[in-house]
Amino acid sequence: MNGAAFIVISILTLAAALAAATLRKLMHAALSFAVAFVGIAAFFFLLGAEFVGLALVFIYIGAVAVLIVFTILLTRRDIEKDRGFNWSGVIIAVAVFCGLTWAILKTASLSIVAPHIRALTVKRIGEALMTSYVWPLQCIGLLLTAALIGALVLAMEEKR
Amino acid sequence: MTPTLQIFLIVSAALFSIGLLAALSRRHAIFILIGIEMMLAAANLNFIAFWRFAPKPHQPPVGVMLALFSIAISAAEAAVGLAMVIVAYRHYRTTNVDQLDQLKG
Repeated sequence: MNGAAFIVISILTLAAALAAATLRKLMHAALSFAVAFVGIAAFFFLLGAEFVGLALVFIYIGAVAVLIVFTILLTRRDIEKDRGFNWSGVIIAVAVFCGLTWAILKTASLSIVAPHIRALTVKRIGEALMTSYVWPLQCIGLLLTAALIGALVLAMEEKR
Repeated sequence: MTPTLQIFLIVSAALFSIGLLAALSRRHAIFILIGIEMMLAAANLNFIAFWRFAPKPHQPPVGVMLALFSIAISAAEAAVGLAMVIVAYRHYRTTNVDQLDQLKG
């Protein structure tokens, strides 16, 4: 695992995430959201989970980011009104970050380097999905169908 | 320098805090959804990091499976959440969560 690549990816990801959280223009924030997810997918590649990284790129940048942009365009009249910024949220977020970092740094068993492992191939993931994880997979399929129908029913025009 | 598990967890904690910041301090419904997605992504990063740093490789790869299912669930959540934002906008003509304060339809 490469240290320089790690530093570059973490700076990119955190900067893009911070931009997505604080930029005033909604469209810019949505595009920084996409960049932040590119960074998270790069983390997954760095950790050796290539399939999950690709799935993240397809789902988040291909589907969720496009969905967010569509929603922004459909609710456009409202965009310029995002004035309120609640500063108590900043305090809570910083407190949560400090607490988590303190707990992580205090736990000595976490300061380990990655062991050498066999590369995780798509074949192994597919075998696991089709054998020991077949019921969760079916449940996810059911959940996605229900979510699709639910989103359609919600967003459909009401009959007057 | 080889990154240890601690550094991955700290990056993930930072990502979670940024998502929390977006969800708590913005008043726009779409921003809150973006913040929730970021917090879910931080959890996924934790799953993958713990899987990769486990002393013995698991068969089947549990962390990867958890991350895949969690990605699928957060995609479903985003679709329903954005549909709800559109419905709320159609009804109230605003997406500011401070103004969506009626239970009456």
